[in-house]
Amino acid sequence: MYISINWIRDFVDLSGEDIEKLIQRFTLSTAEVEGIEYKGKDVENVVVGEILTCEAHPDSDHLHLLTVDGGNEVYKVVCGAPNARAGIKTAFAKPGARVGKLVIKPTVLRGQESNGMCCSGKELGISDDHSGILELDESLINGTDLKTLFPIEDIIFEVDNKSLTNRPDLWGHYGIAREFAALTKKPLKPLPIMEDPYDGPERVPVEIKNDTLAYRYTSLRVENIKKHESPMEMQIRLFYCGTRAINLLADLTNYLMLELGQPTHAFDGNKITKIIVDTPKESFTFQTLDGNDREITPDTLMIYDNDTPVAIAGIMGGLDSEIVEDTDSVVLESANFEAVCIRKSATRLGLRTDASARYEKTLDPELTMLAAKRFIKLISDIDPDCRFVTGITDVYPTHYPALTVEIDKAFVDRYTGIDISPDRIEETLNALGFAPERNEESFICHVPSYRATKDVSMKADIVEEITRIFGYDNFEIKTTRSPLIPAKTTRRRYEENQIKDLLVKTYAMHEVHTRIWCDPDELRNIGLTPEDNVRLLGSSDEQDTGILRTTLMESFLPLIYNNRNYQPDFGVFEIGRAVHGLNAEGTADERRMLGIALYSKTKNEKTLYIEAVGLINAIADELKHEKVSYQKTEPVHVWQHPKNTVRVSIGKTEIGMLNTVHPKTLSKISKNGVIVCIEIDMDKLLSVEPVAFAFDEPSRFPAVEYDLSLLLKDGVRFEDIEKCWQALEIKALKNVSVVDIYDAELVKSVTLRFVFCLDDRTLTGEEVQEHIDAILEKLSGIGVKLKA
Amino acid sequence: MKEMIKKQKELFYQKLREVNDINSLEALRLDFLSKKGQISALMKELSKIPNEKKKEYGQMINSFKQELSDQFEGRKEEILNLQEKLMIENTESYDESLPTKNPCGSYHPITLVQRELEDIFESMGFDVEDYNEIVDDYHCFEALNIPRFHPARDMQDTYYLTTPNQLLKSHTSAAQNAILRKYGPALKESGRPIRAVFPGRCFRNEAIDASHENTFFQMEGIMVDKDISISNLIFFMKTMLSEVFGREVTVRLRPGFFPFVEPGFELDIKCLICGGEGCSSCKNSGWLELCPCGMIHPNVLKHGGINSEEDPFEYTGFAFGLGLTRLAMMKYGVRDIRAFNSGDLGTLSQFVSR
Repeated sequence: MYISINWIRDFVDLSGEDIEKLIQRFTLSTAEVEGIEYKGKDVENVVVGEILTCEAHPDSDHLHLLTVDGGNEVYKVVCGAPNARAGIKTAFAKPGARVGKLVIKPTVLRGQESNGMCCSGKELGISDDHSGILELDESLINGTDLKTLFPIEDIIFEVDNKSLTNRPDLWGHYGIAREFAALTKKPLKPLPIMEDPYDGPERVPVEIKNDTLAYRYTSLRVENIKKHESPMEMQIRLFYCGTRAINLLADLTNYLMLELGQPTHAFDGNKITKIIVDTPKESFTFQTLDGNDREITPDTLMIYDNDTPVAIAGIMGGLDSEIVEDTDSVVLESANFEAVCIRKSATRLGLRTDASARYEKTLDPELTMLAAKRFIKLISDIDPDCRFVTGITDVYPTHYPALTVEIDKAFVDRYTGIDISPDRIEETLNALGFAPERNEESFICHVPSYRATKDVSMKADIVEEITRIFGYDNFEIKTTRSPLIPAKTTRRRYEENQIKDLLVKTYAMHEVHTRIWCDPDELRNIGLTPEDNVRLLGSSDEQDTGILRTTLMESFLPLIYNNRNYQPDFGVFEIGRAVHGLNAEGTADERRMLGIALYSKTKNEKTLYIEAVGLINAIADELKHEKVSYQKTEPVHVWQHPKNTVRVSIGKTEIGMLNTVHPKTLSKISKNGVIVCIEIDMDKLLSVEPVAFAFDEPSRFPAVEYDLSLLLKDGVRFEDIEKCWQALEIKALKNVSVVDIYDAELVKSVTLRFVFCLDDRTLTGEEVQEHIDAILEKLSGIGVKLKA
Repeated sequence: MKEMIKKQKELFYQKLREVNDINSLEALRLDFLSKKGQISALMKELSKIPNEKKKEYGQMINSFKQELSDQFEGRKEEILNLQEKLMIENTESYDESLPTKNPCGSYHPITLVQRELEDIFESMGFDVEDYNEIVDDYHCFEALNIPRFHPARDMQDTYYLTTPNQLLKSHTSAAQNAILRKYGPALKESGRPIRAVFPGRCFRNEAIDASHENTFFQMEGIMVDKDISISNLIFFMKTMLSEVFGREVTVRLRPGFFPFVEPGFELDIKCLICGGEGCSSCKNSGWLELCPCGMIHPNVLKHGGINSEEDPFEYTGFAFGLGLTRLAMMKYGVRDIRAFNSGDLGTLSQFVSR
């Protein structure tokens, strides 16, 4: 929103103030200013000029040769404006004048000398009209500097609308002026208004049928309006503040809105007999004054003339009752509507207007009457012959309650942490209109209506009023007196951090972030579709968009495809969320998952798979000092390999799954690479109680190593042979490690190293041999023999 | 005898000169000094010598033996030195400028920034908490004093789920209520102030471009105790941000409106690039808008079970929000926000450490 300092000066005396500093303070105390523009600085020596004669240029079909009385002398000027004619007064830039970037010099145009320039509004920067030269009032004296006649010089600053969302009172100049008054400690002048001059029984009939959506409707009828153009001062202000002069009545409604923040609407007086405010029974099409057809639904508040819709309440008027150039009678609407209804209608219609933007901030209903009286004042000043043919109708069914807030200095001190004097508090509250009743150091604040619609209702709000005017830059800042108690890292965070470190530092993997929903196109690309799951609202069953992922692999498999040429080997991981369908209450079952995917073009699938097992074992060892068990299972997802999909458990807790990828999916991702997937439920992992780490005192007696090379039959798993020595529970057996695995087509063998040791004495060779014999006997029981 | 010793000596020196490696040196040593060697043979000859001469010749043989031993040691040293020299000469001078394969993983940049902040906050006594991505209306809005028809609740801003009363959290503030409830009892029973930060992933229904994402990270923090004031808030923010940026920062507060704080502020820091003079980074204003903050709204504290209806200001507190994604962009000079969720390893693998 653009704010004119000239306009502010109507209400606050800013003489002697550094305007730029003041605007800076406004940013720190009220709302963010996005920029400052100095208007009219580039217009110099432009005066009132009277065109005395006007002839066609002999060598041009559109140029004119003028003689212009510039006050001190008569100038010969070549001018191309179509409206140039003898007898009118216009803006004349004399030689040496400055108009924007132009410096006017005597020149020759198509053989004719030209000393000066007649200017359009656009050239002067006071309007966007470039259709012809400015036509000024005949009564103006030739040679008068335009800047002394019109407020061409102004300072305009732009306030960020977003920083005004909670301040309905700041959507017009008068509200901004109140802030300036408080900041400069100067009085705010009352708004010039005029009481309704009509003395009789006639009223515009108004009926509010829906008083939950329409709070107040104020109206009056004015006739015999002969002036159709607004005064230059008004036009300039409107233009500087971002609107365009149209005609007097339209300009007046815009002017009122920019001044007070209260939108008003001017209906053609001939089109209105009785105003009814209601929602329609059924949908229909309505043509707004911009010429567009709008679909009106039953939840849209409408203004009717009897049964005929004439405006969308708070948003835009209809074309049929629009003010046109020669309208001489008007019915003014100054009304208050419910904010949410207006916002939703505007959103639904895709029609956000200056009026709707204000209504959706929850305007003060008290403004409607003020605006009506201001309208009376403005129009009777501009067109004294206009006739007020009715009194003011004021239908006001819905009021906001009056609010008072009690506050004392002690509370302010406690909440601010600084000492603000009661006089200062009182002064600020007065300036902002809170009419404080002071008793020593406590105050009863009467929240002004323009702040009471939603913004201010409690003590903390009052503190803000006091402190923002006091200035946060003036705060003495202090640390808290709270005791410092060390924070403990939660187990949950510890485990996340350990896993990330392990995977990055030991396994050289890359952490990625992927979205919580599936990308159907990327999945289709590798022959998959999103699995049925909870959806985002607005995505229909026919579409496969907006589906939340059931597993991180729905993100990772496409990710590997996208990165398949990154490196021949890589691993990625993420601790992220997936949704496992619905839980018992019918809500989405969100899980915190660790997803890991290993990809390789240089290793075979078995090697990569065993690496993945090692990785899971390392996580369990690191976090829990526990062993992991694996249980083959049927695939749960189509992309899992039917043979190598396993459930991963620690103790009795199943924590996740490990699998290779089904050839059908794998071939779509990579022709010559292999993939292994791991998914671990972080909360299940967290639920596993870590085993206390215990130090194992090394024996002082020598250990004996004994290697056995065993021939393995097909189908024998390592855990089968492991059970053989575990069953014997040999106390002296400290460790068994794999020295070598030989894995040829027909022969499979493994060399194991057994380490024996006792804590209290040296083992004898005979004892070791006895253990070995026992182990071999057990092994032969499952058909495992020594390699010859 | 004398002659024999002399002869052996000559023989020894002749052979020693011929010796060029450790193995033949050892053979020579054995030839002279082993039990069956030349010295032993001389000793045997000594028995044939008359007794009066035995002492003299014995001493001669012994000194010869000693001389031999010294010669061997000297020669051994020489040969070893020569061999080492040869080895060094034959060694290639390696090229350390060759490109290497670094088995180096990478952290997501958000993790790096998040950890850095978490460490700072932990050092200031803040608990680090976590929260779900799928939340309900109460936690995301109602408990935060966001009224029923607030625009933030509209479909076009927030991702609602088809399940009853569920949505993707649109801000980390959605965790405030749970955290107030978790730590509230300790505050009231033992006076342990609530200090917590809660990083998390947030979702807003926005069109994605270089500076907008629908999936991004924030980190929010709260502190609640008796008599927490605006003055404390400013002090804390200044201290915390100076830690975050690793140098003293100048902060300023402007009024800012957020339903869950009152008063609410927009906090700016003096531009770190131009120092407040005005540059393209701060759009010539000299200030960077950094994080919203404010005094926690009494309704939020009430919803969190901290204050009662009767005494809505018994405990007070402040809250602040940091855009982790934005901080990561600032820290690493990432210009396109889409890099974070791109899953592009060429991009992400750069982030090996802080």
